[in-house]
Amino acid sequence: MRPAIFSFCSDPDVLDTFRWFSCYLTNGVHWSFYLSFLKVLALLAVTAPVALGFGFAGAMAARSHFPPLSWLGKGYIAVVRGVPDIAFFMFFVIALDQAFEWTRHKILCPDWTDPIRQGNDFLVCQAAKLPLGSSPEWMHETYGFFLAVITFSIVFGAFAANVLFGGMRAVPHAQLETAEAYGMSRRQTFWRVLVPQMWVYALPGLSNLWMVLIKATPLLFLLGVEDIVYWARELGGTKTSKFTAYPHGDWRMWYFLFLLVFYLGMTRVSEIGLEKLMRRLAHGQATSGGELLRKETTA
Amino acid sequence: MSCLQTIQDYGLRSIGLGERLLPKSDFTLCEQFTLIGSGMIWNVYFGIMALATGFFLATALAVGKASSNIWLRKPSEWFIFIFRGSPLFIQFFFAYFLFLSLKKPYPMFDGFTSAWLGALIVLFFNTAAYSGEIFYGALRSIPKGDIEAADAYGMSGWSRFRRVVWPTTLRLAWPAYTNEAIFLFHATTLVFFSAFPAWQQRGDALYYASYFADKTFNPFVPYPILAFYFILLTLVVIGGFGLVNKRLNRHLPAAKKAKMQFRLNLAR
Repeated sequence: MRPAIFSFCSDPDVLDTFRWFSCYLTNGVHWSFYLSFLKVLALLAVTAPVALGFGFAGAMAARSHFPPLSWLGKGYIAVVRGVPDIAFFMFFVIALDQAFEWTRHKILCPDWTDPIRQGNDFLVCQAAKLPLGSSPEWMHETYGFFLAVITFSIVFGAFAANVLFGGMRAVPHAQLETAEAYGMSRRQTFWRVLVPQMWVYALPGLSNLWMVLIKATPLLFLLGVEDIVYWARELGGTKTSKFTAYPHGDWRMWYFLFLLVFYLGMTRVSEIGLEKLMRRLAHGQATSGGELLRKETTA
Repeated sequence: MSCLQTIQDYGLRSIGLGERLLPKSDFTLCEQFTLIGSGMIWNVYFGIMALATGFFLATALAVGKASSNIWLRKPSEWFIFIFRGSPLFIQFFFAYFLFLSLKKPYPMFDGFTSAWLGALIVLFFNTAAYSGEIFYGALRSIPKGDIEAADAYGMSGWSRFRRVVWPTTLRLAWPAYTNEAIFLFHATTLVFFSAFPAWQQRGDALYYASYFADKTFNPFVPYPILAFYFILLTLVVIGGFGLVNKRLNRHLPAAKKAKMQFRLNLAR
């Protein structure tokens, strides 16, 4: 446990309310709580670009002129439709883990003869276990977080693929024809004309997706990561003086109220940021938003 | 045990009828199908009840948000912002612990800590906020000519709202509202994974699916079954809402009656 920050915290029983709270909110377990907010931000920071990459690949595949690739892309997009995302989360976390272990098992223990699935067990050789049984605690936590990031990226990648696919189709066809008339190849048209223009069409969808991603972060809790929901439940529960120097009643309601406010703040900040981004992207575009900006600057 | 017997035993397990003990090992495909299907009763219950009640609050919120009266507008805006701006998962947790602490001094809150009422209220507020925003958007995009025509006929106030504004709002909002309904049904799977307890293991479809996945350590059977049920449910919702859409658009000439475009945002 981390030593208390304030010197007067040595005997919490005699403190007044303000000092009691300043000690309570800076004790060891609360630092884990604050650290878990960083986990959420880290998840967002890693997942957003990776999911965007998945989405871009998915959208490119769906646009492909090679049918099997196009089916793959469209199937990836469509499969998320109609099924609750939380079911995907719960599924992928186990499925990915088993897929990794199975692959390692095949490579590392080729002479293993027993079946991997025995009744209700999934058995791989010791060397194929992820993480290895001997590895330290932080490895287990990192692996869990890593699985969560991939799961989030797969699910949100499909959402992003759908949005980007729509954005690519929304670019006026005349633009592409003009590019062709200038003698650009299909690849050049795609990278030099289509991709720079599609973002403004895709941005409303992508910003919606960003909001949904923010609001999906508490689902980390279901994936077994010690995130803010986990700590809010832990810390908020009734504490008796037997186990802690800071006994209190059931405060889980207040902890979750705090989380609620945290998320509302995140939403508000994102809304403002995305509005700014939209203005930037609309600059010089042949859309009503771009037209509005042009009038503003020339007037 | 035959499959028919399993259906008799577990078909209504999620609402407490039939066999009391869940199967513990050697799960058959039939058992998994039956129990997960039985859990769907809860998802359908939550979805339909929240939609049916949320619709009216959503209309009120949309009208409130579009109102020029600040005392109507601000509360509606805040309500919509709070429920759309925070995760449903956290809302469930907060509501559960709120009801739990209200229960001690006021015993009338007893029922609110169980899922059938407590979670339903959260879903009701949540879908009202999302649909309210959709209706508000539609309300703002009613063609000016429609309102002018109503004015020319001497309509005002309630009769103008009921005969012109409201039907047009619904007509414009319906595709997006269909989308919201689909995602509301998906959101119902969160109920038993937040704080609300599944009393006597009476849970929803995802609750049973994860029960099987935990017991067999094999996610490749129960989750696809769950997916199957939800795709079915989604198709039913699209079908049902499509019928309503047809009725809402029945006065339009055939050429204008464009097929309902499901611009599924995939996420709300």
